[in-house]
Amino acid sequence: MPSNLPRFFARILRFSPLAALPLLSGCGLVVIDPAGDIARQQGNLIVISTVLMLLIIVPVMALTIFFAWRYRANNKEATYKPDWDHSTQLELVIWSAPLLIIICLGALTWVATHLLDPYRPLATTPEQVVAADAKPLDVNVVALDWKWLFIYPEQGVATVNELALPVNRPVRFRISASSVMNSFYIPALAGQIYAMPGMETKLHGIFDKTGEYEGFSANYSGAGFSHMRFAVKSLPAADFDKWVADAKASTDGGLDRATYLKLEVPSEKEPVRHFATVDPQLFDAVVNMCVEPGKMCMHDMMAIDARGGAGIAGIQNVRSVAYDKFAARGTGNLAGWSVRYVAALCSQQMKSADRPDARPVNPAPLKGEGLSRPGEAERTALNASTPRPMS
Amino acid sequence: MTPPPLPPTDPVFGKLSLAALPLHEPILIFTFLGVAVGGLVVLGLITRYRLWGYLWKDWFTTVDHKRIGIMYMILGLIMFLRGFADAIMMRLQQAMAFGGSEGYLPAHHYDQVFTAHGVIMIFFVAMPFITGLMNYIVPLQIGARDVSFPFLNNFSFWMTAAGAALTMVSLFVGEYAQTGWLAYPPLSGIAYSPNVGVDYYIWGLQIAGVGTTLSGINLIVTILKLRAPGMGLMKMPVFTWTSLCSNILIVASFPILTATLALLSLDRYAGTNFFTNDLGGSPMMYVNLIWIWGHPEVYILILPLFGVFSEVTSTFSGKKLFGYTSMVYATVCITILSYLVWLHHFFTMGSGASVNSFFGITTMVISIPTGAKLFNWLFTMYRGRIRFELPMMWTIAFMLTFVVGGMTGVLLAVPPADFVLHNSLFLIAHFHNVIIGGVLFGLFAAINYWWPKAFGFKLNVFWGKVSFWCWVVGFWLAFMPLYILGLMGVTRRMRVFDDPGLQIWFVIAAIGAGVIACGIAAMLIQFGVSIWKRKELADDSGDPWHGRTLEWATSSPPPDYNFAFTPVIHNLDAWHDMKTRGHERPVGGFRDIHMPSNTGTGIILAGFCLAMGFALVWHIWWLVIASFAATIAYAIFHTFNYKRDFDIPAATVAAVEEARTRQLAAGA
Repeated sequence: MPSNLPRFFARILRFSPLAALPLLSGCGLVVIDPAGDIARQQGNLIVISTVLMLLIIVPVMALTIFFAWRYRANNKEATYKPDWDHSTQLELVIWSAPLLIIICLGALTWVATHLLDPYRPLATTPEQVVAADAKPLDVNVVALDWKWLFIYPEQGVATVNELALPVNRPVRFRISASSVMNSFYIPALAGQIYAMPGMETKLHGIFDKTGEYEGFSANYSGAGFSHMRFAVKSLPAADFDKWVADAKASTDGGLDRATYLKLEVPSEKEPVRHFATVDPQLFDAVVNMCVEPGKMCMHDMMAIDARGGAGIAGIQNVRSVAYDKFAARGTGNLAGWSVRYVAALCSQQMKSADRPDARPVNPAPLKGEGLSRPGEAERTALNASTPRPMS
Repeated sequence: MTPPPLPPTDPVFGKLSLAALPLHEPILIFTFLGVAVGGLVVLGLITRYRLWGYLWKDWFTTVDHKRIGIMYMILGLIMFLRGFADAIMMRLQQAMAFGGSEGYLPAHHYDQVFTAHGVIMIFFVAMPFITGLMNYIVPLQIGARDVSFPFLNNFSFWMTAAGAALTMVSLFVGEYAQTGWLAYPPLSGIAYSPNVGVDYYIWGLQIAGVGTTLSGINLIVTILKLRAPGMGLMKMPVFTWTSLCSNILIVASFPILTATLALLSLDRYAGTNFFTNDLGGSPMMYVNLIWIWGHPEVYILILPLFGVFSEVTSTFSGKKLFGYTSMVYATVCITILSYLVWLHHFFTMGSGASVNSFFGITTMVISIPTGAKLFNWLFTMYRGRIRFELPMMWTIAFMLTFVVGGMTGVLLAVPPADFVLHNSLFLIAHFHNVIIGGVLFGLFAAINYWWPKAFGFKLNVFWGKVSFWCWVVGFWLAFMPLYILGLMGVTRRMRVFDDPGLQIWFVIAAIGAGVIACGIAAMLIQFGVSIWKRKELADDSGDPWHGRTLEWATSSPPPDYNFAFTPVIHNLDAWHDMKTRGHERPVGGFRDIHMPSNTGTGIILAGFCLAMGFALVWHIWWLVIASFAATIAYAIFHTFNYKRDFDIPAATVAAVEEARTRQLAAGA
């Protein structure tokens, strides 16, 4: 069974000396041995690729040492051919050996990249089949200076620096940022993706083990970057419901726009906070950079631009949206925002959707289920009829 | 909302004030005192021994490619010590800052340190080193008397030096960028970096970039137009080939960097919105543009060193290079492919799976010609007679180190793997593995190999070996822990850590950095001892290693004019060919040799540009206008200088060659 090969290699590596390394320090190689299916696939891919490349690396290193020793100057017994500089057969071998490895690795890359695309919803895990219509848990993530905000739209709660997820349920993250670029990364769950202001990125993941893990920003974002870490709890379904109930009973208050603007101001080592309620439009406003009252949303601005810019009136609009140009971190003076802008022209609903080709797939064990077959047009974001919004 | 008024700038000093001096940072004060005292001692000694005239006439204003090459190497070495000091500071901080400890560097300082380390090591260490090497060796290898545009060469060097100087000034006046070495917006925009750090970054790179681009043009023209008769492209030494490709990459990619930084500076100075969050700006565009320059840059650095390894392997194996043709084609393949891979630096930005796989696979494809090169070196050693002199030792260390770096590089090119390893210490370990194991080991091989050519004596072997072992052992100690930490999910640019279990790995890495420091010290001692004992180490033959290429045909150091008669090339490995065919050195019939004159224009123009850069950083507008006008005016003034060349009389050439004949006879 070729499909078992990757796991076979992965298993070999777990028992190899490399896997023994973390024992020295008592820490785990979380990237190789995570607690979520996506991260596990990614870890296995590292192992498989490494094994594949070692097929050529090890002989090269051995030959280097052997030739260096064998043909040392004072070994007069070794053959010496000072004018030998060409061999067609050898040339064929030295170009085709790396080529073959790269063909294998390239094929693996193409398949794995499509299957493990962070935008692709998940269908099954090895242990548990998720029903095709099972609704994933939605979590909206905002990277702030220098803490993380998690909004649970379905549950109507929000947290700072703490992320609780039910085990064995797919999670769909919509990710953005308030000021500068960060990268949202929970090594135990799935790979990272950038969190960018005015943009929305997506990530799908699923925990298959309960436990306490850690998440952080993996992209330097300024002075408080080192402390931009958050606790990740993978909980059984019942415990998750209890956690939500506790959050709803929280005394930290609700998260409305004014509270968000205060939260947005740079701070470090922010303690965990739970908000009992949350403004349902808040995340879309963050992505469109219009949390401030009266500020025009980006999608409106783009819609106006798409219709020709609204002439002189459009200039007035532009004047009133100098958002990150001078106000820097934390927008500060709220009273300064003008409330005049041409909103009537075309206020569009903001769209956020998965990629058009994003039907649920079974990524395990890299067999290619869910990829289009030969003869069937590949449905990707590039040739989709509807444009991908906002990200 | 109307923008808040800019803080008032002084008409004379701009934003510059006494507050810009980092008097609150004891580390910087002590560094400044050290630099000031050391600088005064050097200046005092130069004055005491009346060396100013000599330095000005024979070095600063020189247009001789050999002297300019040496000045580039000295610049690279000085900046290397600065960049390495930054590295040691980072390693110490990360080894200390555990369990609630904040270490000894506050964020403001630490963030400057890692930014400066990256910028300096790439732009002001690796680039001057390879440019200096190419400057010195290429004209000799192709049998030329100098580069095509000797004055431009001098100007390029001083522009690079001015960029380095501006970067160094930031240490003591104001601050450096706290953005990471590529200064991604919006963090590097005026909103999130309102101080002068990013401006120092921009103008330091812009000024040095002028020098780099011009020097690239110069070397391309030199290689294409000044080869000795008979040296067709496929008879060029491999080092010249790789230099040609590297310079083509420079000329094709540095303008992208210049344009990108120009857009960023418009955002910062003129209120445009190319890379801001709002008003249609796209920071993602910056990330794309900077890597369209940034990835070729990696190959700009490594390609000339691939050439060095080819020369060294062939020379010390006493054998022709295996597969010269495939080596050349591999180099050209890498040159072209290096433009098709930039997106692999940000798979995690959210491109579609098809885009990511395309760039992942093109990246892997580069490993095919690179692998072929490695096999070529391997089969050059095969059935050779390998002499383990220092350059060959560095080459073998390179082969064993670089394959590991190459492997982890291909691993990072698999997008799903990159999603978990991106920005981690695994990535840091990978690129140090290829840059130290490839570029630096190559430079050390090159320095040990060509030093006798440049100065007429070999380098001390004992201290060379001490340095070699310290570097190799130190490298593995310093970077293996980083690979492991990367697999533990530890990310880069962290200042403090929570998990005490990680500390042991950082301590090992810090020890490794300490061992590397010993390697650097041993290398400086090696230079010192060799200069001290230069009589014992002298090489009169001009060809101490039984070299194969044309640079070994001249005396060491070569005369100003390199070759009394331009050699005629019949074969690859021209000098080896001349030796086997019983070539006789011409001893008569010399003619006048036409040479370019020295000029101070390069250093003066670069001085004006340095003043302009400093003024731009601090918004001292009168000085910006004055120095810009002075630059243009002086450049025009220089065009009226008609005394640009002179002839070395035949009698002088005859005398130099006669001395050489006697030297050869005495050595024989």
